[in-house]
Amino acid sequence: MVNTKHQDLMTTGVKIKMDPTEKVTKVVGYVFVTFYALCCVIPFLIILSTSFTSESVIRSVGVQIIPKEFTLESYKMVIKSANIFKSYILTIGLTVVGTFVGLFIISMTGYALQRKDFEFRNIISFYIYFTSLFSAGLAPYYLLMTQTYHLKDNYLAVLLPLLMSPWLIILMKNFVKAIPHEITESGKIDGAGDVRIFVSLVLPMLKPALATIGLFLAIGYWNEWYQSSLFLSSKVEVKPLQYTLYEIVNKTDALRNSVAGQYVSITDIPTEGVKMANAVLATGPIVLVYPFVQKYFISGITVGTVKG
Amino acid sequence: MKRSNDNQGFLKKLSRSKVLLLMCTPAILFFFLFSYMPLPGIWVAFVKYNYRDGIFGSKFVGLSNFEFLISSGKLVELTINTILYNLCFIILGNLLAVLVAILLNEIRSRMFKKVSQTLMFLPYFVSQVLIGILVFNMLNYDTGFVNNMLGSLGLELWEPYSDPNVWPPILILVYLWQNTGYNSVVYFAAIMGIDAGIIEAAKVDGANCFHKIWHIVLPGLKPTIVILLLFALGGIVKGNFGLFYNIIGTNSLLFPTTDIIETYVYRAVTADFNFSTASAVGLYQSLIGFVIVMAVNFTVKKIEPDYSLF
Repeated sequence: MVNTKHQDLMTTGVKIKMDPTEKVTKVVGYVFVTFYALCCVIPFLIILSTSFTSESVIRSVGVQIIPKEFTLESYKMVIKSANIFKSYILTIGLTVVGTFVGLFIISMTGYALQRKDFEFRNIISFYIYFTSLFSAGLAPYYLLMTQTYHLKDNYLAVLLPLLMSPWLIILMKNFVKAIPHEITESGKIDGAGDVRIFVSLVLPMLKPALATIGLFLAIGYWNEWYQSSLFLSSKVEVKPLQYTLYEIVNKTDALRNSVAGQYVSITDIPTEGVKMANAVLATGPIVLVYPFVQKYFISGITVGTVKG
Repeated sequence: MKRSNDNQGFLKKLSRSKVLLLMCTPAILFFFLFSYMPLPGIWVAFVKYNYRDGIFGSKFVGLSNFEFLISSGKLVELTINTILYNLCFIILGNLLAVLVAILLNEIRSRMFKKVSQTLMFLPYFVSQVLIGILVFNMLNYDTGFVNNMLGSLGLELWEPYSDPNVWPPILILVYLWQNTGYNSVVYFAAIMGIDAGIIEAAKVDGANCFHKIWHIVLPGLKPTIVILLLFALGGIVKGNFGLFYNIIGTNSLLFPTTDIIETYVYRAVTADFNFSTASAVGLYQSLIGFVIVMAVNFTVKKIEPDYSLF
């Protein structure tokens, strides 16, 4: 011990007992974290910049972090051509309805399954949890959805499967667990029924849980493209935002021929720019909202990692 | 006699908890409709499916769908690809996440911490479709950012979209880029949970910052690391479909190094309508996954009973 103290004095000079390794760690920390954080944003900046660059500049100079010449050409094209606004309304609708219905069901289930006096809690918990252990796979699911439920080209095929997941129910159970059991007990003594206890005593205490799980649900709906790609064929005119984006990116040529050609001469169609403008419009809302809801997101990850 | 007693007991239980049962009904119905109802359809893996006769009317062919997959080597190739990618994702992902969490913890400025965390989460929040676009925007031959830089430096241009060998590292990088912010949260929380008194005491005893990280923080994180690694291993045969499909898509040139179980099954269902093969692969994946999760849970139960899944 004396030895280490001696070293400390030797290395730091005389008066201030500053640990040199701490300095090193701090510098490495700042440099590394800054570098990594920059890596996380730069691709987004490039997309943003591309969306404000005209096609001719993209073709000649390439994609830049800061646009060489600022233009709204791409956005004008998007507004004129694609039915992205209908997609917006559809996606907002799906997100709002799905989040509220999902939250309602998840919170009721999470509460009931956390009640110690509920005799079926273990068997129902297992019934729900088992679905994440073993699944039939895509092919049987696809056949069931299209041939038994006849949900092909139906928005319900997008809305319903995202309503809940075993993980979200476990997350809710973990949040409910933190509410003292005495609350339910005192409600019972006062003669309140289970529904009353849930609605007027438990729900108000679950506000952070509702925010967190609502956030996960809303992000799930907003970013949805998978169910759409499976079940919404070309017969459906308006598709959720992310899948519309997917189709635009993968079929820009089709867009060029069908719609854009009527307004602009072929040479200065900003295909890359249009793709990126669509990407910005489809992602923008979530990027703008998310710094304000970040804390709920963090609490969700930490609460959800431990099992219920 | 005993039996009727049991029945009465059950009915009593039922009526006692009918409100709570009712509260669970929508969820029970949901999982029945979307998770249990598809199970009988697994039968399609054992028939030669045709649309007219349906799953249960089509001709039974036993295990021949599996035989084809095994003899063609497809199943082995897909399994190896899926597992190797996941191993890299899990090991490198957790290493980087621990590193970020430890470094972030050493930084005192709260403002810096908050802003950098916000930026690091950003990739996790956006859709996989956008991730695919981002990668294309960086790497495509004609207008991509990377080639743009290479070109302005007078270097030879890079054409990754026709070279299958470059994609494993690219996909791993993209995965790390997208998930490290998210993964580091749990580790960061675990570091915060380490008793500050121990760290103070060590400092008094002359421990420097490296000692602190090596002898206090890392051992403090060990249980979290072990548990997260084990759980991740439980999902080792489940591929990250969104990542692969949106970046590679239908570019069959790249399939030898990038085709995983999920992408193969997806194409079999949506492009080839080969439901029997798709289901055979899916069933194989589900069974292996199930066995692995069971093994993992058994292990976790031995190490840390509190964390076991069931």
